Amino acid sequence: MKLGFLVDLNLCMGCKGCEIACKVENDVPLSSWRLRVKYIDIGTFPDTSRSFTPLRCNHCENAPCERICPVSALHYLENGIVNVDSHRCIGCAGCMMACPYGAIYMDPETNTADKCTYCAHRIESGMMPACVVVCPVEANIFGDVEDDHSHISQYIMAHQGGVQVRKPEKHTDPKHYYVGGGTYTLDPLAHQRLEGHNLFTNITHLEHNGDPNHGVLDRFLAPFTSHGTHDNKSFMNFDNTHEQEGGH
Amino acid sequence: MVEHTINATQAVVTLDVALPGIIWGWMITLNMWAKSIGTGVVFVAAYLLYRHKKDAMPNLRWAMPVISFVALNVFLLFTLVDLHQPYRMVNIFLHPHWTSAITVGAWMASLFTLLITILMVIGLADQFTEYFKRGCRVAPVKSLMSFAGSNSGTYEKIFPFVVFLAIPVTAYTAIIMAESSARELWQAPTEVMQMIWAALMAGSAALILVSGSWSQEARKDLALILSIAVFFSFAMYMGEYFFSFKSSEAEATLAYVHAGGAYNVEFWFGMALGFIAPFFLATSTMKNDNVTLLRFAAILALVGLYLAKDVWLKIPQMLPLS
Ligand code: SF4
Ligand code: SF4
Repeated sequence: MKLGFLVDLNLCMGCKGCEIACKVENDVPLSSWRLRVKYIDIGTFPDTSRSFTPLRCNHCENAPCERICPVSALHYLENGIVNVDSHRCIGCAGCMMACPYGAIYMDPETNTADKCTYCAHRIESGMMPACVVVCPVEANIFGDVEDDHSHISQYIMAHQGGVQVRKPEKHTDPKHYYVGGGTYTLDPLAHQRLEGHNLFTNITHLEHNGDPNHGVLDRFLAPFTSHGTHDNKSFMNFDNTHEQEGGH
Repeated sequence: MVEHTINATQAVVTLDVALPGIIWGWMITLNMWAKSIGTGVVFVAAYLLYRHKKDAMPNLRWAMPVISFVALNVFLLFTLVDLHQPYRMVNIFLHPHWTSAITVGAWMASLFTLLITILMVIGLADQFTEYFKRGCRVAPVKSLMSFAGSNSGTYEKIFPFVVFLAIPVTAYTAIIMAESSARELWQAPTEVMQMIWAALMAGSAALILVSGSWSQEARKDLALILSIAVFFSFAMYMGEYFFSFKSSEAEATLAYVHAGGAYNVEFWFGMALGFIAPFFLATSTMKNDNVTLLRFAAILALVGLYLAKDVWLKIPQMLPLS
């Protein structure tokens, strides 16, 4: 069994339902995302179009993140999922240097690496990933790509020639496919990321990786102290006005 | 004509999340820089011991492992401090994953540090015998030093193995970089050579600082090694910067330097200060044996190496990956 994803970008309408469902299902803290939907505007007004691209971990068959992880916190499951054991992770961020898709984040609450697991815990009990269930237009198709009769395999066969993966030149062999994508949507170098061009926010870089309230010393003191008054879940503490690049 | 009036190919991100900024920052730069010194002094010392009599470099036997020990501990400290879960470092030894160059490197660097510690203890015990016999009041240190002194021959026995181990300990960072598939600039074959040149550069520079009592010939060799290392390292940086075949990601990464700004200043400042200036200063001292000038060249090379490594480490992390 090899579980895979396919997103039909012709169907996706950018409602971000999957993004929210993922956040809720996996308790993903503020400033972190396992799945995000990116809007890209193509052309010049009034001749413009807007595309929506859901981006998550590709569960690569030849995963550079798994290879570089010094303690096997990132590991393959038998069904092909690239899973992460946050209790073993040492927080070296090697995986963040290795994943060519920027799919891994340093969890600000646990100070360990985390990412989309294709909802491995739901799969285990026979359920679909949260983002698949919530999608109102069924743009997310999930299933066994080794089974010729699965919905995803049938979909791939029906769209032969039009199925793409991100950065195939990296030889990661992603198990996450797109239909209806193009260079502009799938290649991050083919579109610009300009400061001030975002609809609701002007942040381009995160201010911190991992817990913003934990400096280097705090990391050593963490086992002996409580979390203090800061809580990343509090919207009151979340400041989204910063524009400068991220720091350490 | 239409391509100029209607920019149909323009694509701009209009809604997305914030991306991580620089994740491996100055601590990793410092880590790589210190490791270059830690292994570099071993290479250079091995060459000098092969070429010259021991009397020509009276303090080399103990000063080399002391420098290496200090540098390696800075390297290990910042490796640890940079982890988000520092106490779990032990997992590298309890649950090693051997495909990871981080794991292999951590094991090799630990073994290397252990061997360097043995060399240092023996070197110090032999050099300061009188002090450890009579002056030292701490009993465990006294007995350790007398034990080390009575096993003085071990130094020469393990030294060849230490030199051999210094090669993979120097090069493994290049393999971590090669495994960093998201940072194509680091995935160049030149990276291994850059690590080795950096070690020779840092090693000769560090030894120059303690070479005041050495013979002129030995110091001349140090100046020569420093000149050769900065020359070739500089040539490789220039090759990568201007001429080499580059993937689109590496090209986009270098644009952060090409386009001007802080990284451009840091890079060229590093090149001028740490490579071009030391080359001319070090070669000029080979004839007249100007110790002060050579020391100045060594300090410049160490500063410049840090700056060059810092730019090369940070710029690929600015690139949006998705
Ligand atoms: S997309 Fe990134 S995090 Fe996911 S398996 Fe591939 S390399 Fe690993
Ligand atoms: S941050 Fe954690 S999951 Fe990532 S490579 Fe390091 S130990 Fe592995």
